[in-house]
Order: sequence, then structure tokens, then C-alpha cells
Amino acid sequence: MTATVAAPAGALPGVKDEPRAAGVIGQTRAGWGLLTPFLVLYLAFLIGPAVYGLLMSFFDGSSVRPGLGPFAGLDNYTEALTSADFWSSMWHTVLFTILTTPPLVIVALLLAMLTDRIRRGKWFFRLVFFAPYVMPVTCVGLVFTWMYVPQTGLFATWLGALGLPAPAWLADPNWAMIAIALMTVWWTIGFNFVLYLAGLQDIPRELYEASAVDGAGPGAQWWRITVPLLSRTTVLVTMLQIIASLKVFDQIYLLTAGGPNYSTRPVIEYIYDVGFTDFRTGYGAAASMLYFVVILAVSAVWFAISRRRA
Amino acid sequence: MTESYPKGTSRRAALGALGLAGVGALTAGCGSPIAAGIAGTGPDATSLTYWNLFTGGDGINMVAMTDRFRARHHNVHVDAVTLAWGTPYYTKLALAVIGDRPPDVAITHLSRLPTLAEGNLVEPLRPADLTAHGLTGDRFTAAAWRKGQVGGAQYAVPLDTHPFVMFYRTDVCAKAGLLDGSGKLKPIEGTDGLVAALSACAKVTGGYGGVVNVNADPATCWRWFDTLYGQLGGQVLADNGTRIVLDEAKAEKALSFARELTVQRKLMPSNIDGSGVTQLFASGKVGLLFDGEWQIPTYQGAKTPFSVAPVPNLFGGTYHCFADSHALILPRNGRRDARRRDASLTLVRGLLDNSLIWAKGGHIPAFREIQDSATFRRMEPQSQYVPAAKAAIYDPAGWYSGAGSDFENIMGFAVSAVEAGQLHPAAAIAQLRRKLADYASRPAPVGGTNS
Repeated sequence: MTATVAAPAGALPGVKDEPRAAGVIGQTRAGWGLLTPFLVLYLAFLIGPAVYGLLMSFFDGSSVRPGLGPFAGLDNYTEALTSADFWSSMWHTVLFTILTTPPLVIVALLLAMLTDRIRRGKWFFRLVFFAPYVMPVTCVGLVFTWMYVPQTGLFATWLGALGLPAPAWLADPNWAMIAIALMTVWWTIGFNFVLYLAGLQDIPRELYEASAVDGAGPGAQWWRITVPLLSRTTVLVTMLQIIASLKVFDQIYLLTAGGPNYSTRPVIEYIYDVGFTDFRTGYGAAASMLYFVVILAVSAVWFAISRRRA
Repeated sequence: MTESYPKGTSRRAALGALGLAGVGALTAGCGSPIAAGIAGTGPDATSLTYWNLFTGGDGINMVAMTDRFRARHHNVHVDAVTLAWGTPYYTKLALAVIGDRPPDVAITHLSRLPTLAEGNLVEPLRPADLTAHGLTGDRFTAAAWRKGQVGGAQYAVPLDTHPFVMFYRTDVCAKAGLLDGSGKLKPIEGTDGLVAALSACAKVTGGYGGVVNVNADPATCWRWFDTLYGQLGGQVLADNGTRIVLDEAKAEKALSFARELTVQRKLMPSNIDGSGVTQLFASGKVGLLFDGEWQIPTYQGAKTPFSVAPVPNLFGGTYHCFADSHALILPRNGRRDARRRDASLTLVRGLLDNSLIWAKGGHIPAFREIQDSATFRRMEPQSQYVPAAKAAIYDPAGWYSGAGSDFENIMGFAVSAVEAGQLHPAAAIAQLRRKLADYASRPAPVGGTNS
């Protein structure tokens, strides 16, 4: 590492100030100019709708009536906060996050470490572990639905060969969420795996060599070098994973449609049900806003942690 | 980089030329729906958009019907759009009307029609226009035609009736001694009769006797329950969904019987999804299947030896089985003039004239000319359950009810939990009451009032 500290340009002798300042202003303008297309899209498709959604949540709007509808004040929020269905769907989302985040972080780390140790054909394992991630959810959902088929599905056959009874994967309220989590881990682990692999490859090999000279075994190396130097990656992976898991919808909708008996309906499906199926856009918007606050809180925690570490 | 351009052409000039070409392509495409959509001009009066929700076998049949129409009417251009069934379809339809870009003609389920009409999303059809196109009540299945009316006005022209029926494997039932001399299923009477028939089939298959979908398909669970509960004369909603009239004793009777078949007697699986149902029936591991007639192409394709009969009358009351209808509507459109309305109704009539193709999908044509035709009468097994269409009672009206609605989900999930043995009938009824009350007490987000 050769660290060179650049001297401030203004301190250089013989360079006049005026042309530089004009150049900076010109650069700033060009910068904004280059940003404009993105800013316009950002305002039109993200900020604008978000503000409109917030506004909507205070009205009794309907998707089959034009306009915002009658003013409702905080009624929509009161209804959501006192609705058993809203809270149970909130819990299902949290449960899914609890079931998926630890394996998606820990297993991804293990797979990345194993792949990192391989000398030849590393590309093959990178491809194998990452490949499921690029598959569309509809295909993954269909394949796993078949594997979960009671009696004749692949999982039932495998467990049967071991002499174990297969649970009613998608039909038993106690198993349905686990079955969905299992599929999600297989499907999405590639992303975390790649992040971890990149993190591992960033650790200087000299550290391991030096520690080996000092007599550190593999265990000590892992605990004293790998884990601490990966901590930034771990924070990133964990927080990204929590946020991704909190946004679950597609695979649940495809696998169980929120059943059996609403036992897997996540909060986004609840919002979809009330907002689209029931036409109640105002109430749907209020439920979305409450949920937005939750995601925002989680993101704020991430922000705090990553700032402290920086 | 620059060497890839012809000599004397700057990059800027090349990009400019590309941009011009793009604008040219856009303006040249004025006749295209996209350009017309952007400009808001709308296509030519005789160019119609037709939205439907049919995929699979039904989708193929609908394409064939539209093609036939095109071949006969060169002056009408039909742009057919197929969208996914269920909630997404009705959401898109509603938003298209609100957004002032409705299709000219669209398919709806009749169970959804009251909500569409109250939401002012569909145009009433003038009697004079209907008569001009030969679309009068006497030429349709009476129940379906009546269900096409809201508040005394005709809003929809029914295309079919699609009841919930009983499929039977002819090979399994023959061995079980359930067929008569001509190879038809002997009448099954009462719950005891059905239990006996299922037991006989179970003896033949060595496993289950029959099957109905339990998992992840609340609509089918609702159809099965509605068939049983409706035969007891039970109703769920009244006064446009503002009042819950669920009869607990009758509902408990119906639920208990459904549960008895799966959990207690194990004559039907208590844990089975859509693909499992198809597998069991197609491979002969059950004798009877309760499902919509629209599954007929599935088993014809699988070369399954089967036929279809109406669901038996199990409780001895007035006969009932779940049924709904596909129907054609003209979504509300302020720009629709007389010529376009005429072309739209020509398309409606044209599709009805070709509904013998539609019947291949298992549906009973609502147009009597087709339904009474010798060709349809010879069509097997379609002609076997025509009475089910005449007895059709549709889902109760309410802003939250109809095909693919939350009402179907609420009912279906509870029924599924009972059939799977996860919930006792009494607990399921309590859950139904609680969830339905949430909807019944709320002002409708559709239309001006609840009435």
C-alpha cells in the first residue's frame, strides 16, 4: 500500500483561482445535467407515488372510483392497528424473516469458505451455488410445488426411503412456512454466497501466512482473521437479507396463496388483498405506510451500525 | 470507436439520425394501438379490443372462436387480449375503465357482474340493440340470462354455465359395480349413497374412493361447500352482502359431512393439491372426482376413461350445485358511438354463434340454439350435466364476493381447514362469522351506496 496524499490544487503555485472556480461550476452543472434523467425518473416513479400513497392513506379511496374519495383522517390507521388479520400477517412476515435470515447468512458463509478453499474449478462451484438465484420465482415455485406434493412428491419419496413420515408440507399450518423458507434458502442463497466470496477474496493472504508463522491453527485463523475481517460483509449481508425477507410475497402467493387457512399470508399479501381484491386503496395505502415504517426502522438500524463501523 | 462510422459522419450526426429514425417509426405507427393509446385517439371504429381471461384449453378454444369470427367479418378487426384469471383480471379491467382506456368487449364471471355494475364499470345494454342482434332472453339459459341483469337492466350476455360436477372413472366404477347396463353411472342418492359408492371405489383402488382439492385452492373448497350447503337450502349473505345469514346448523352439517369423507372415513385424501388431484384421477387411484367441468380437456388429453355426472343430491332438498357463467360485457366507454356499439355486439353474437367450440372445454353453452343443437346433444360427456346449468344458483351478491374474491377465500380457507382436520366445523363457523362480519359491516368501496 503506497498512500499518497494529494496536495490541494489551490495551493499549487502559479495557478490562478478564477479559471478553476469557473471549471468547478461548469463541472457541477454537467453533473446535475447527467443526473437529471435519473432524478426525473426517481421523482416520477418513486418519490411522487410514495407521497401520493401517504396522501391516499388518509382517504377512503376505491380503485373503482375516480379521485381520492371521502376524507377518513386516521380511521384507516386505527383500523389496521386494531385488525387481527393485519397483525397476524405482520407476524407471518416476521416469522418468515426469522426462519430465513440465519440460514441464508450462515450457510452462505460456509459455502463461500468451502468454495474459496478449492484450488481448481472454483468457477464451477460459483456457478452451481449462484445458478438458482437467477431462476424466476414462478419456475422455482412450480418445481417445489411438485417436490412437496404429498405421497408422490420427491421429498415424500426421499423421506419414505429413510423410513420417515413426510409432513403435509404445504397443507399443515405448522409446516407450510418452513417449507416456504426451505425453498427460499435454496433459491436465494447465491446472492449472499457471492458477496461472501468477494469478501473472502479481499482478505490479504499474507495475514494467514504471518499468523501461520506465529503458530496459529486453522481454528484460530478463522476466528481471529476471517470472521473479524468479514464483519463488514456480514453486516451488509444480514441487513440486506432481513430487508429482502421482510418483503416476501411472490413465493408464498405461488405456493400456498397465504394458506392453509391464512397461516402463511405475509403482510404484503394482506395489502394486496385489501388494496386490489377489495378495491380499498385508501386502507391498503395506510397498511403499506405502517409497514413502510417497519422497513424504515430496520434500515435505520443498518445505517447506524454501518456508520459506526466505517 | 469513430472508425466504425462511415467516413465523414460524426458520432453526433449518427446518433441524431438514429433518433430521427425512432421518431419516424413512432409516427409511422399511428395506426398501432400503442401510438393510438399515447395520442388518445383510439383505433378505428370497426377495430375492437376484446379482453378475456382464458388460458389452457379454454384459451385455445377462444382463439379458435375469435379466428372464425374474423374469417366471417372482414370489416371488424378484433384485437384479442388474454389476461391472467382472477383478481388481477378484475383489477385491470376496473383500472382500464377508470383510466378511460377500456376494451370494447370483455369477459366477466356473472358472479362478478353486480359489483361491476354498481361500480359503474359496465354499460347497460339497450333492448333495441340486443333485439337487433338477436340477443333476446328467450334464446338463452334462463338462469344465466337473469343473472346478467342488475336492477332490471341487462348488462351481460351469457356465454355459458360452468357447474361444479362429479367426474367418474368408468373403469374403476365398472369394477365397483356402480355402472348401469349402458355404462352410465347409476344414480347415487343421499349421503349414504355417496359413502357407499366411495367405499366401493376405494375397494377397487385399494386406497381412496374419491378426491376433491383441499390445499391452496380456496375457490374449489368454496365450490364443494356451496354445493353441499346449498342443497340444504343454506345461504351465506343477503341484502347485497350487508347481512350474514349463515345457518349454523346447516353449515355444520355440510362441513361435518365433508370432514367425515376425508378425516373420519378416509375415503378422500385430506391433504391434496391441484396437481395431486389430477394425478390421482388420471392414474385411476380414485373413482370419483369433484371439480369444475372445465377440467374435462385435462382428462381427455390424458386419455383417461371417464365420464361426468351432476353432483348427486345428497341431502334430499331442492337440487343445487355451485355454478357460475362466463359472460360478455361492454365496459363503460364515453367514446363509444353507435357504430362501435354495433360492431361490439356483432362480435358478441359472433362468439355465441361459435360457442359449440366453447362447449369442447366442458362448458354448457348458454345460447339455446347451440345448447339444443343435435351436435351438442351428441357431445360426450358435456350433454350429461345440462340440468346443472338450469338449476344454477350463483354466488351471493356483495362487493366482496364473486369469482376470485375475498369472499371465496374466506369461505374456502375455512372449509379447507375442516377437510384437512385442522379445524372443527364449529370453530370454522366462528371464524367465518368473524371474518365475514368485517366485510358486511363496512360501507362498500364500490358504487355510491350499499343498496
